[in-house]
Amino acid sequence: MLSHLLNSEVHQNVLLAIAGLWAMLGLATAITAGITRGSATKSHRELRLRVRSWWVILLLFSASLVASRLLAMAFFTTISFMALREYFSLVPSRRADRRVLFWAYLAIPLQFYWIYTDWYGMFIVFIPVYVFLFLPARMVTIGEVQGFTSAAGTLHWGLMTTVFSLGHLAYLLVLPPPQADGAGGAGLVLFLVVLTELNDVFQYVWGKSFGRHKIIPKVSPNKTVEGFVGGLLTTTLLAAALAPWLTPITFPMSLGVGALIGSVGFIGDVVISALKRDIGVKDSGSLIPGHGGILDRIDSLTYTAPIFFHFVRYFYY
Amino acid sequence: MGAPVRLLIFPFRVLLFVAVIRPFLAIVLGLQARGRELLPVAGPAIVVANHNSHLDTAVLMSLFPVSLLGRIRPVAAADYFLSNPVLSWFSRHIVGIIPVQRRRAEGSAEDPLAPISESLRQGNIVLFFPEGTRGEPEVMVDFKKGIAKLAERHPEVPIVPVFLHGLGKSLPRGEAIFVPFLSHAVIGESVRFGVAAEGGQEAFLQRLREEITRLAESLKVAAWL
Repeated sequence: MLSHLLNSEVHQNVLLAIAGLWAMLGLATAITAGITRGSATKSHRELRLRVRSWWVILLLFSASLVASRLLAMAFFTTISFMALREYFSLVPSRRADRRVLFWAYLAIPLQFYWIYTDWYGMFIVFIPVYVFLFLPARMVTIGEVQGFTSAAGTLHWGLMTTVFSLGHLAYLLVLPPPQADGAGGAGLVLFLVVLTELNDVFQYVWGKSFGRHKIIPKVSPNKTVEGFVGGLLTTTLLAAALAPWLTPITFPMSLGVGALIGSVGFIGDVVISALKRDIGVKDSGSLIPGHGGILDRIDSLTYTAPIFFHFVRYFYY
Repeated sequence: MGAPVRLLIFPFRVLLFVAVIRPFLAIVLGLQARGRELLPVAGPAIVVANHNSHLDTAVLMSLFPVSLLGRIRPVAAADYFLSNPVLSWFSRHIVGIIPVQRRRAEGSAEDPLAPISESLRQGNIVLFFPEGTRGEPEVMVDFKKGIAKLAERHPEVPIVPVFLHGLGKSLPRGEAIFVPFLSHAVIGESVRFGVAAEGGQEAFLQRLREEITRLAESLKVAAWL
């Protein structure tokens, strides 16, 4: 029974890296517990919630990496579904498009089925071509023309971000052929997710410590040039350290891929910020206590996943 | 239906809520409740909410602990829910509705609210949609007089206002296809007719409506275009 749920070919480096993440979060938990002990201020409560949610995220993420392919796909399908639902609940939508949204949701299981079966050709055209052409056709049969253009654009942008882009993360799992160099698909996913999330943290910490010059004040007033550059450099160095261990990427290409993840991760972050600012919300939702919504957590990944995927696919597979 | 049969059916209701309805609401609709601690922990009590979807009743019932499930009685339109035998059986015995005639027959002296009063006297928690209909999705219309009359008759019974959002988008009236949207339930402080009695029924309706509107404003939600 257990053998059906687990992936029998998890590389030992992946297991070591997961153990490292658990140790890091354990340390972070001990530190925050020390700082916030006995305190009931709002920001400290928020911090404790945030750490608790990180445990849940790490538990689910670790499970998805050692799980069988089917189980891992179910996990990533659920993330895409929750992200798209959050997006549809956030942006203005037309009552007339209810049934169009139904078809948009239906694209999720199909897209992840293409991924599961490693059907690259279909994976790469399904949403950008077929769904892109089909949804406006369905909208036309309903016949509501008022607000048609923005509705069609809103719908497709949501699908591209939460299903197509994010789907690349799941495709990393099945990308490397058996016996290829590196630590398998799970190694690629781990490398990408750890660097993307830590890049957010590095940029935040550098910005808090040395931030002077605002980088993009109209969209994200707290982001600074110093934070961006410091984060980028740290991520680049970390990528060079982790790449030989989890991926087939060697030095000096690993520096390039680190810089790529650091910079496009920043763009993903501010793009979702722009969406939230447009709608007038601080967080995209409240599904993850202490973090906000799903989109708040995966914002950078919507950019780093497709960019990293096509980088490794072009150069290594 | 006698007590022994009810005893047989009750486990099905519990199973339906624990194994089907709650997981569905949590996973598919991402239901989030705010102010759950303000819900009544014992009857008699009335819970009132805006009404946009058949899912509303399921959401309100799922907010309560399983131990109270046998005490929860949603008020529902007899003309709709008793219209066919299967729906009628399910509504009365599994959901546990109190069927109410929305339109009184010409010249009938029957009091449509009497079964609700009786249920409150038995110590039940009654769920009531004062709009009287699901109406247009995500639009709250004027409240019918029924809730004010009921409140005046039971001035000491706490009336808990709840604002529901998202369900009218997910499954509005007249739509057979379900489309997931994030859903919210915001629970407010209870009001009693006894306390708000000055101004009578009109003022009470006004107050209740304002309460639910205030709960709605505490939630930032995207409207239909």
